Amino acid sequence: MLKLEIITPEAVTYSDNVDMVTLPGAEGEMGIYPNHVPLLTQVVAGEILVRKGSEEILLAVGEGFAEITGERVAILTDMAIRSDNIDEAKVEEARRRAEERLREEVSADEEAVLRASVANSLAQLKVKRRQRH
Amino acid sequence: MASTRDLRRRIKSVTGTSKITKAMQMVASSKMRRAQQAALAGRPYAQLMVSILADLGGDLTDLTHPLLEKREVRKTAVLVITSDKGLCGGLNANLLREVAKLDVASTVFICAGRKGAQFVGRTKRNLAADFSYSDSPTFAEARTISKFIQDMFTQGEVDEVRVMYNRFVNTISQVPESLRLLPLSNVDRVKAGVGNDGEPLAHNSVEQDFLFEPDASHVLGAMLPHFVNFAIYQLLLDAKASEQSARMVAMKNATDNAKQIIKDLTLDYNKMRQANITNELLEITTAQMALG
Repeated sequence: MLKLEIITPEAVTYSDNVDMVTLPGAEGEMGIYPNHVPLLTQVVAGEILVRKGSEEILLAVGEGFAEITGERVAILTDMAIRSDNIDEAKVEEARRRAEERLREEVSADEEAVLRASVANSLAQLKVKRRQRH
Repeated sequence: MASTRDLRRRIKSVTGTSKITKAMQMVASSKMRRAQQAALAGRPYAQLMVSILADLGGDLTDLTHPLLEKREVRKTAVLVITSDKGLCGGLNANLLREVAKLDVASTVFICAGRKGAQFVGRTKRNLAADFSYSDSPTFAEARTISKFIQDMFTQGEVDEVRVMYNRFVNTISQVPESLRLLPLSNVDRVKAGVGNDGEPLAHNSVEQDFLFEPDASHVLGAMLPHFVNFAIYQLLLDAKASEQSARMVAMKNATDNAKQIIKDLTLDYNKMRQANITNELLEITTAQMALG
């Protein structure tokens, strides 16, 4: 059993015991089973797949960090949304707005924020589309 | 003895005051709810952040990062988080009393909120910078403050950074608190933006060697500045929740007091009016008796 916690500044999005979790690390996707070596990694925007018994849950996450120990995975990220809760139209709209703004002159700080927001939107769209197949 | 007219005037003025304080109470209580929610929502994140740092504890001593560097403390920077406006009871005064105890020569102050900046200026202390933050603090505001503090620390201007703020416990209780933020290697673990009442995460801290991906300097390079940013953000939220709660309570007390005064004055007024009428009646009957 693996204790999975996904926490954003707004809320504890997910906290449960699971069998396996796949997360988007800085150097590619990684699957984590219990008794993994202790690892601290950066997380990039992408999708998290959680397996618990026969149940599979998909989440879209933003940038962040993951702390992995043998019995626990803790993910700190600026965004985490379950695939069921993603509103495709809204996300598409947000992405379009961010991209539009990026084409204008923006400060370095704002650009970083916008790029993160685009990456977050893309991650959500990817998760949503995958869920349907 | 005041005349009935004076009393009437006073009642009117106190009624006016009570209306104002009541309105301020309503405003503060709606802002309070939002601020409290924001402060409480961020706590699990802050808690996990601190526990990751704690887990790294053993490792951190061999790792090098400018924000971890321990130096002999000759100069301390203190970030004082106060409110912009008063009318919130003893909140700022309690915090500033603690601030006043600090050694003047070896401390530079960084203020968030106008009250703190005014205090530091008035008492001729060393003010390095003065920031403002809005009613609902944003991450960008926190980042600006955080960047300034990190620069000061990494450039060696100060050897330690502490934060003094009012920790939000609940609506009627806010505690002035001082915690060490930098160097991160001995951050006050339990406290950084985390209340006692925050639900502890099921987690046993084990000292073990961590692998890093891509590598230690990358992960720490991204993680530590972000942690400082977030810690400051969380502290701003906490301070804001304290401020709104204190203001709500202060205004509620003011309104209650005003009501009590109105009640007392009205009683006095009625007594006096009654006495006047009795006197007049007395005069009329005496006059009549004298004529009759």
